[in-house]
Amino acid sequence: MTTTESSKTPLIVDQASWKALLELSAQEVFEMMLGCRIAPLADARTPGTTDFTAMVGLAGKLCGVLSVRCSTRAALLVTAKMLAVPIEEVEDGCWDALGELANMIAGNFKAKLSEVGSHCLLSVPTVITGADYQTHSLTNGAVVETTIEFETLPMWITLELHN
Amino acid sequence: MQPVKGREQTTQTADRYQIGEVMNQLRTLIVDDSSVMRKIVERSLRQAGLDLVEVHEAGNGAEALTVLGQHQVDLIFSDINMPVMDGLEFVRQVQSTKASTAPVVMITTEGSESNVMQALSLGAKGYIRKPFTADQVKEHILPIVER
Repeated sequence: MTTTESSKTPLIVDQASWKALLELSAQEVFEMMLGCRIAPLADARTPGTTDFTAMVGLAGKLCGVLSVRCSTRAALLVTAKMLAVPIEEVEDGCWDALGELANMIAGNFKAKLSEVGSHCLLSVPTVITGADYQTHSLTNGAVVETTIEFETLPMWITLELHN
Repeated sequence: MQPVKGREQTTQTADRYQIGEVMNQLRTLIVDDSSVMRKIVERSLRQAGLDLVEVHEAGNGAEALTVLGQHQVDLIFSDINMPVMDGLEFVRQVQSTKASTAPVVMITTEGSESNVMQALSLGAKGYIRKPFTADQVKEHILPIVER
């Protein structure tokens, strides 16, 4: 992993180590806040659209967007786990839970980047619901992506960066 | 946004955490733009052994100041990243207007040293970074609420 020494130094992203950090960040959030383990899915395909997309912007030395995408079923399960209630009792709040999940993964990830992360701010999360949409990020740098398995369901976590 | 909840959950872990040594019947204010996170914070506080007799909620710093104008509380937990009024400005206003003398503990994803130092310099008494466990909450909060 390479970190910048000044804001003028280009950010060099080591894909393998950043992906591992992203997965570790997600694992810690799921274990601490949802009380469950997740595992990376090796050969999962990235979907065109999903029912839920939660996005958190990053600004500063690390600039871009972190997104978490999943199906409605996965979003319901995340919400149920976060609230410690049966899934049948989840009425609404899936978007809220997904936004917080993305926020914590982004925050945990940047905390692991020491120098870069300490000069980076997070936005308030934005959550898109519904399947008929496409997201177009204006980032032009590296993309770090991983797929995790949560209660047998896939979830996609993507970090898109500006150069 | 300020529902007051009764003691619907008893502090089953009270003996384990020697609740007799800390303040009982705490009135708390939880400030976070996520209603899910407010519930998680409340649950974690109860799991940490705190005896919450009142839990007030607010979605941002401005709402929290309104709540403080209407209710006395013993302990305040606040996120930093919130719309309308963020947590740092909220702490600043609590101190400058003396809206409350209750200790403020930040619970936030913004865990950099500069954030921590800024919050503490503004008057926050503690800082917990998300994600967190109930044990971490206990570790940070009990020293603050000990008599």
